[in-house]
Order: sequence, then structure tokens, then C-alpha cells
Amino acid sequence: MSWQPSATLDAIRVRADVYHQIRAFFYERGVLEVETPALGSSTATDPLLKSLQVDLEVSPEQSPVLYLQTSPEFPMKRLLASGSGSIYQICKTFRSGEVGGRHNPEFTMLEWYRAGMDLWALMDEVVALIQRVLDDGRSVESLSYADAFARYLEIDPFCCDLESLNALCVSRCGWSGQALARDDALDLLISTVIEPHLGNNCMTLLHSYPASQASLAQVMTDDKGRLVAQRCELYLDGLEIANAYEELLDESEQRQRFLADNEKRDEIGSFDIPLDERLLQAMASGLPDCSGVALGLDRLLMIKLGAKDISEVIAFPFHIS
Amino acid sequence: MANFSTNEFRSGLKVMLDGDPCSIIDNEFVKPGKGQAFNRVKLRNLKSGRVWERTFKSGESLEGADVMEYDMEYLYNDGEFWHFMMTDGSFEQHAADEKAVADAVKWLKEQDVYVVTLYNGAPLSVTAPNFVELEVIETDPGLKGDTAQGGSKPAKFSTGAVVNVPLFVNVGEKLRIDTRTGEYVSRAKSE
Repeated sequence: MSWQPSATLDAIRVRADVYHQIRAFFYERGVLEVETPALGSSTATDPLLKSLQVDLEVSPEQSPVLYLQTSPEFPMKRLLASGSGSIYQICKTFRSGEVGGRHNPEFTMLEWYRAGMDLWALMDEVVALIQRVLDDGRSVESLSYADAFARYLEIDPFCCDLESLNALCVSRCGWSGQALARDDALDLLISTVIEPHLGNNCMTLLHSYPASQASLAQVMTDDKGRLVAQRCELYLDGLEIANAYEELLDESEQRQRFLADNEKRDEIGSFDIPLDERLLQAMASGLPDCSGVALGLDRLLMIKLGAKDISEVIAFPFHIS
Repeated sequence: MANFSTNEFRSGLKVMLDGDPCSIIDNEFVKPGKGQAFNRVKLRNLKSGRVWERTFKSGESLEGADVMEYDMEYLYNDGEFWHFMMTDGSFEQHAADEKAVADAVKWLKEQDVYVVTLYNGAPLSVTAPNFVELEVIETDPGLKGDTAQGGSKPAKFSTGAVVNVPLFVNVGEKLRIDTRTGEYVSRAKSE
């Protein structure tokens, strides 16, 4: 049984240096570092995210089941609604069942929210931060979800019929199971065929996702009349690094999305997530116009160190924790 | 047999796929941001030897395959089957057909030990050890002193295998052969 870390001491030092750079970056820009709970009475409702549940011995008024956060989004938005202004946090986040060369169930997120900035202004800042950390002169390219599918699969992901999407999953992704639902098919195609091409020796900003994949982002109609999410993902060397939104501000629409997620959870036999009423009240009280981004720091370190596996940048991944 | 879910897939795990027993070679977890997770799996079909690449939704499961590997001593060949005996003291015998023995047939020497893979209790394949020591039964005479580099001649062995050997080798000599490459290594160590 090995007790040593899977990351080298050099990788551990580079992580410390990068954290220092990040803190300096935000200090210069007047963004406040905050700390919010990793344990919460609610969590993400996304049917495809599995939160770790914790049994806590508490008073009868308090829910006995708490969740380890998949992201600090909800409490950070409550801070924004209280007038915190722009804030950032470096924290551990947890996702059950996500294990692989690029996934550890416990990983480090850098998440920040910019009051008064739209999505593209925030992406400029994300790019600036990454340029500071990597310092490798990468150029930046911007590509819409639709254009990415047109370029690498020669289809329109908004109009292509489900049967053709499934046929592509079979021919290009080794899928041999039952017909996939639309977003699942798009997910398989994007991760198998498209992602390996994104961010090769550059930074690729993939934007304008289908509205069905908006999560907590605003939805708008683009110039082709399609309903798209104000969402942008950043890729480096085929690796998904950051996910940014122009944040949804409307409390009743957020509530509808949470309820719709729970319905989907029922359909797939998963348990309901209790709605985060405190977040919804904060939104009802008023979130400032803001954009937010979640950036996987372990993955950014993998790029910086040229690592092929996430265990090279994490001292003790879960299997040797 | 028990079912295995994608997050239990490890290299070497034996599972059933499309009715054939397969061995998992590689398992890649793939998940786009906030989307459906998939596992892209490479498997070797243990019947055909072909490598398959298949994608599963994370959390799906496959039936485990009853595939076990055992050390067995080669006994004899009755013209239709090759007979092996377990070396674990049980004296249990198994009969392997031509398909199971396949290429290993040219390395089978009575009383030597081989790895026999059983599928549902019946021999699926036979694997020779990396090195075997076999006796030359037929080859052109070796000239004494002909140890110069280069130059080889074919030699036939007791098992029927034909391997290129150095010119100095004579009939009756025992040689060490690498079964993975089919090449001469050296004179037998046990001589």
C-alpha cells in the first residue's frame, strides 16, 4: 500500500505558486475573496449531477441530510444579493461517480462572480487570468456550439433530427445501446468528436449552448431565431477548463427550472432535491446583473504541467486518500 | 454471474458483451461539463481475439463472464482433443479442441505446464509460457566450430514447430525458444 502522494513535490509547489498568482490577480482587480459552506441543506438539481449526502446529527428543525457542494454557486449568489460586489472563492467541490484520468470526486474549483459585467467581459477576464498563469502565449478563438458541430460533424445541432444524431453516435462514438435522448446524444458527440479539437495550443471559447443546456444561465434568442443559453465554456488542449454564465436573475424562472429538474429526476428514478428556498428568496430580493464562472483548478494545473492524468496534480486522489 | 457497472470496469475484468466473453483493456470516463457521463471502453473478445471499442452510459452494467485461468499440465492428444490436467492436486482433466489450442499447439510438450482459460468451465484458449525448451528432431547437420555470427537454418522440433536456429545446432539438442516471437533464444538451461 503506497502512502506517498501521486503528485510530485514540484507539482505541489507549482499549485502553491498558481494560488498566489490567482490571489494577486483578484486583489489587483478589487475582487473580494469569500468563503461559503461546503455543506448545504440543498444542492444542484441537475439530474446528471450526483451530490454526496452527509448525515448530520442536528436539531429536529434542521434537515438531517446535508449535501457536499458540487459548486459554491448558491451561497455566493446569496452574498451577491446582500451587496457583496464581485467575489471569488477557491474551494473543494464534490461530485459522486466522477472518476477518471481527468476526474477526481473531490476537486478544486475557482469560482467567481462579477457584478455589472456581461458574459463577454467576464470571458476577457478569464482569458487574462489563464494567460497570467500559463504564460505560454496562446491565442484565443471563439466558436459557437452550432459552428463547432458544423465544422466537426457537418450538422446543425439545433435542427438535426434525433434519429440522425443517434446514427452519428453509433458511427462515430461506438454507441450500441438504446436510442439516446437529444441532449445525451449531443453530449456524447461533443465529448467524443468535438472536444479533442478544441483549445489545441490555443484557448477555445465555446459559446451559445442550446437553451436546454442553460442550467442557471440566461436564455436569449440569437440572430437566427434560436433559443440559446448565455453560456460559454473554455477549452485548453481538448480539456474543458471553465464554464461561465450570464446569470439568471429571475426568481420565478429559477424556481421553474429547479422544479423541472426534479421532474426529470423522478423520471430517471433519482431522488428529488429540496429547493434552495434561501437562494430563491435572495433572487426575489434582487441579484445584481452579473456573470459567473467556475474554473477547474486541477485541470488548469494539468495544462500548466503537461500532465496526462489528474493524479499527477492532486497530492492524494481519492483512491489513496 | 454478478453484474459489473461501468465504474467497476478495470483492465482484466471479464464481462459478457453481445454473447461473447470479453476482457476489458481500457476504460475512459467522459463527461462534458454538466452533461451525461459516458464510459468509452476497449475490450478484447476472448473468442475471436478482436478488439472492440464500445461506449456505455456511466452507471450501465454488463454481466460478468465466467472466465478463469488455470495452470494445467499437458497430458496427450487423442487426435481430436488435447488433454490437460489441473496442477492444484485435484487431478481434474479438461479437453481442449483445435480452436482453443490454436497457435499454442506448436509449443505443447507433455508434462509441461500451460495456462488454460476456461469459459463456463470449458477450455476457451491455451497459452504457452513465454519460454519453452524443446528438442530438435530434424535439421541439417551442424558443423563443429561453425559459431560465426549470422547464418541460420530451419529446425523442426518434437512439437511440430519449425524455428530458425544457429548453424551449429544438431539433432537431439534441447533449445530455449521464445513462444511470443517464435525465435531461438539459447541452448536449454537444464542441459
